[in-house]
This record gives sequence, C-alpha cells and structure tokens, in this order.
Amino acid sequence: MSQPSISQRGRDWFNALCGQSPLQQGLPPSLLVTDAELAGQPARYIAVVADPHNPFERARHGEVGLLEGWALAAAIDAAVEADRLQPGKRAIVAIIDVPSQAYGRREEAYGIHQALAAAAAAYAGARLAGHPVIGLIVGKAMSGAFLAHGYQANRLLALDDAGVMVHAMGKQAAARITLRTVEELEKLAASIPPMAYDIASYASLGLLWRLLKTAQPDQPTAADLQLVRDALAAALLDIQADPQRDLHQRLHGEHRLATRKVRTLLQAQWAEIGG
Amino acid sequence: MSHQQDIARLLQGHSFIELSARERAHSLLDAGSSRELAGPFDRQYSPWLGAQGIVAQADDGVVICKGLLDGQPAVIAAIEGGFQGGSLGEVGGAKLVSALELAATDNRQGIPTRAVILFETGGVRLQEANLGLAAIAEIHAAIVDLARYQPVIGIIAGTVGCFGGMSIAAGLCSYLIVTREARLGLNGPQVIEQEAGVAEYDSRNRPFIWSLTGGEQRRVCGLADALLDDDSVLIRQQLLDFIARGLPEQPRHRRSQHMLQRLLAMDSTSQADAASARQFFQSGAKP
Amino acid sequence: MEKLHLDYPAGAPATRRVLAGVVASGDLEVLITPAAAGLCHIVIHSAADGSAARWRAQLDRLFANGKAAAMQMEINDFAATPGVISLRLAQALEELSA
Repeated sequence: MSQPSISQRGRDWFNALCGQSPLQQGLPPSLLVTDAELAGQPARYIAVVADPHNPFERARHGEVGLLEGWALAAAIDAAVEADRLQPGKRAIVAIIDVPSQAYGRREEAYGIHQALAAAAAAYAGARLAGHPVIGLIVGKAMSGAFLAHGYQANRLLALDDAGVMVHAMGKQAAARITLRTVEELEKLAASIPPMAYDIASYASLGLLWRLLKTAQPDQPTAADLQLVRDALAAALLDIQADPQRDLHQRLHGEHRLATRKVRTLLQAQWAEIGG
Repeated sequence: MSHQQDIARLLQGHSFIELSARERAHSLLDAGSSRELAGPFDRQYSPWLGAQGIVAQADDGVVICKGLLDGQPAVIAAIEGGFQGGSLGEVGGAKLVSALELAATDNRQGIPTRAVILFETGGVRLQEANLGLAAIAEIHAAIVDLARYQPVIGIIAGTVGCFGGMSIAAGLCSYLIVTREARLGLNGPQVIEQEAGVAEYDSRNRPFIWSLTGGEQRRVCGLADALLDDDSVLIRQQLLDFIARGLPEQPRHRRSQHMLQRLLAMDSTSQADAASARQFFQSGAKP
Repeated sequence: MEKLHLDYPAGAPATRRVLAGVVASGDLEVLITPAAAGLCHIVIHSAADGSAARWRAQLDRLFANGKAAAMQMEINDFAATPGVISLRLAQALEELSA
C-alpha cells in the first residue's frame, strides 16, 4: 500500500495564473475551473487538486477518479456548448499535477474507465471543435490521470524541474510488475529514454512543445509567472496559426523514429490497396 | 459454461477466443477481402524490447487488416493478447493510431471506412512506458475523430480483457461487444491491491473480480452494448448490426452532467459490490 | 536473450512466405521467407539463455540432410519447450510444402 503525499503545485499555479477570477460552481472541490484571459483572449483554466474530504476516499490526494473524470467532461462540454455559435472558441488550459488515477473498488465498480473516457473525449472534442487546448505540466502527469487531464492538448508545456514527471506507472509499482528491482529499473531507464522518469528524457520523445525553466516552481516568482504566461500565449498563437487540429506536432521527436517509420509504411500500403 | 458445451463448440469450430489476433481479424472481414498492413514480414520490431534483452515479435503484437465488412470498406486493428500481455508499445501503438487516422482521412475524402478494434490488452507496455502512453493518447484522439463520421466498434472477447489506458479507448468506442470471458476495467486487480490493500481489492478472489469487471456485469450496467457467447458467427453478425445502425444517438461518454449529478448524490461511504453497481447504472439508465 | 545463426545446405528456393505461432509465454514465432537456392539460413532469438546447444541439436535433425527448401527462417522464441518447438516447426514446414 502506498500513501501519496499531497502536492500543492496544481492549486498554486492555478491561483497564480487565474488570480481572483471566481470558480465555476456545481463542481466537486477537487476541480478548479474558472474563465479568465490568456493574451487578452477568453480562456477556461482547469486544475485537478487534492480534496481531503473527497466523498470517494480513494481519490483524496489529487487522483483523477470518478467524480473528477465526469466533472472534467462536464466543465469542458459546457465551454464547447457555450461557444458553439461563437466564431472565436475560448482556449482551454489544463494545469496538470496529477499523481495517478484513483485505485479502488468503487472506482472499478462504477466504471472509472468510462469517467476518464468522458474527460478524454471532452478535451479531444473541444480541440476538434476549434478550441485551442494547452496542457501545462507543473508537477506529476501520471498514466490514466494524464490521459484524462491534459494529454489531448494541441500543445504540451512542462516546467523544467525535478518535481515534474510524466510516466505510465510509479517506479516501485513498475519494478514489481516488470519483475525488476528499482535499481535495475533505474539502470535501464538511463539507456531507454521512454522508460526514464526525468523530464529531459521525456522531452527527447518529442511530445512536449516547450520546456520552461522557472526559478521557483513551488512558489512562482513574478518572473516565473511572466515566463509561463508568455509561453502559454505563444502556444495559443502557434495553435491558432496551425491549420491542423490533431496531434501531429508530437511526431517529430528524436526518439520516435520507429513511430515515423511505421506510419509511413502503413500509409503507403493503405494507399496501394486503395479504398 | 459446461465442459460438454465447451467441447461441442470447439468441434463446431466457432470459438472466437481461441483464435489468434490475426485469425480474428481475417474471420471478421468479408471472405477473401482481408489484407494485412505493416505485417510480420515487414518486420517492424519494437526498437526498445531487444535493447532490454526481451524477445520481440515481428508485428509487435498489433495486426492491422484492411478489407470489407458487408461490402463496405473497413479496417480491423487486433491486439494479440499472447504477446507481452497485449501491451501497447511504440510500434504497435503507431500502427493502431495510423490505421484509425487513415480511416478518418478516407471519410473526409468520401470513403466510408469503418474501424473495429479487438481489445486484448493490459494497456501501456511498461518497457516502453512513455511511448506507449503517448500512443494511447493518440489512439484516444483518433477514435474521437473517426467516431464523428462512422461508428468505431470495440470487441473484448477475452481472455486477457481490456485494462489501463486501453480501457479508456474502449470507453470511447461507439459500440462495445463483450463476451462472458471478457473483463473491462481501468486498473488491473494486482495493481489495485498493491495500491489500496487487500481489504479494498483482493486480486486472488476471482469471483469478486469477475462480478465487478466481467463482461456480463459490464453489459448489465450499460458499459457495453452487447453480450455474446464465444462464437465467431454471432460476433460478426452483431458487428454488422452495429455498423448498420450507424452512429449512436448519445455515446456513453457524452452524459457528463447526468453522471456527475448521480455521483454527487450517491452514498459513497458504503463499499461497492456488483449489486450496488447495477443499481447505480440501471436507476440512472436514461437521463 | 540468446542470439544464434545457423546455416544448412538446402534445395530449391521456397515458394512462399509462412508465419506460425506467437511470441507468447512458452511459445514461439517462426517466419519463413524464400531465399536463393542451396542455403537455409536460420536466425534465432531465444529468451532461454544457454539454449544454443539444444537449438543446434534440434535444427540439425530437421535440416542437416540438406533436403529442405532454401529459405531464410527467423525464430522468435519465448522459452518454448522442445515439444512446442517441434510442433511449430512442423506446422511451418507443412504449410510451406502445402
């Protein structure tokens, strides 16, 4: 059994970026949602945070659980619906600091996979509907939690910091499942970039649009905040200048050679057969 | 299922579960129409497994077959549960993503290509961790895109089941077909037990696990659309029926406000069981 | 992981490609592609460390007589037992001559 420590980063960055903007009502306390500006344009900011009183006890450390999955979907769907007839679609900024999905009996029984699917579908749907979706990773972005909250973004940005981590499974659990010791896992990770836990290795996969070096990721300074605001604004412009709404921008990484090769091959064979 | 029934079925040769991923894909497409893409003889081995001293498979465990379903263009992506637990790595993931994206491109060009995904998977291949996770996010993106044009149909036959990030992919499908041998859940039983303790989730209590995540329970709860016997003919017929039905009026994942209100209103203090789950879903079946 | 190359004399080129098996626990995958007349080249990736001698003995029995078709054979072995190895090789060769 593991007891994750509670991270404040998601909440702190949400507050820093959104200031006094009022929170959306009707959502569980584990979801912070507000409409504020990004580079003078409307934007909806969303963070999943720890709620020590979460009615689902397996989701009290900031995990993405049943409530969080469906609530993310509801918050995003509402923005898409509100902008349906607007020519300009508000940006959606996911502030990401999620230690994991929720692991529990209630979660499986009541279909947590469907809750997370709803969140992923809402983000992807918003992106396809023309909303610029930006993921800002300020802490952990783990596995199913990240798939539900942020991985569908047009552009992913991350703080360049040891406390920032993207992975499919925590070190201890991954070692157990792959029948290795943590030391063996770390040794392997040093030569296998997709297995590594540091954000620089992750960046080498080409999945990040930009890595941001802040002075104090835990307590952002005014300069840190400006750096992140500028980067979010640049991401917004980059998305708006991009005619494509898919995730093609992620395919160019140094360590995604096999992805590009197999895509080219399959595309050629598909065309050869014809419709 | 009784032993006699088992034998009878095997003798009829209709079992779907006993087929390999490749045989499953070929068996669903119209006879003679199936062509495999990026197949084993193209030797797209995982670049990461060999580096870790793990024997790789020439198709990386994902079979892509293009052909016809009832005369209409279709692509089937079948995951081989026998290889590395059906886990998704860089190559297999890219094959699946690419096939779904090409089907969507077809649709944008007026070719109504459908897609079927055969799930037998534990989710991300941990030996390729972040590239598996990235590919699964791209699979989600591609399903959501394609499902705007044509139904994307998922089949979980068993016996591996469908877990991890791929259970989310199953939750994005327009229609989901399961058998009694299928299981569908976000987290594997061992991982839940490790994270939450044996009192929360006893991974060795098989009846308990099946009562919560088995195909029959998922169908009763409305998290799957058809529960079928392990029979290739029945599964193919159901697949064709769902295709003929077209896009669902309201996909499962579109009921966010309704589900959120139900979850906020429920008593989450008492522990869940199969009966409480059935009650939760059935009493809220229609928004 | 053990990697092994074996060459045997062979007859006329094989006429088709053959795939048998899956790299599942205790099983293996065999891929056969036609090659120029006279040589059968076999590459084995095996999860069973120290299995080289056993592989050599088992393949010698099948190919040392030089009567097999000329082919490139690739075997991806996830620690299959000798019984499963025989079965898969027989399947593959049977399909080749079918």
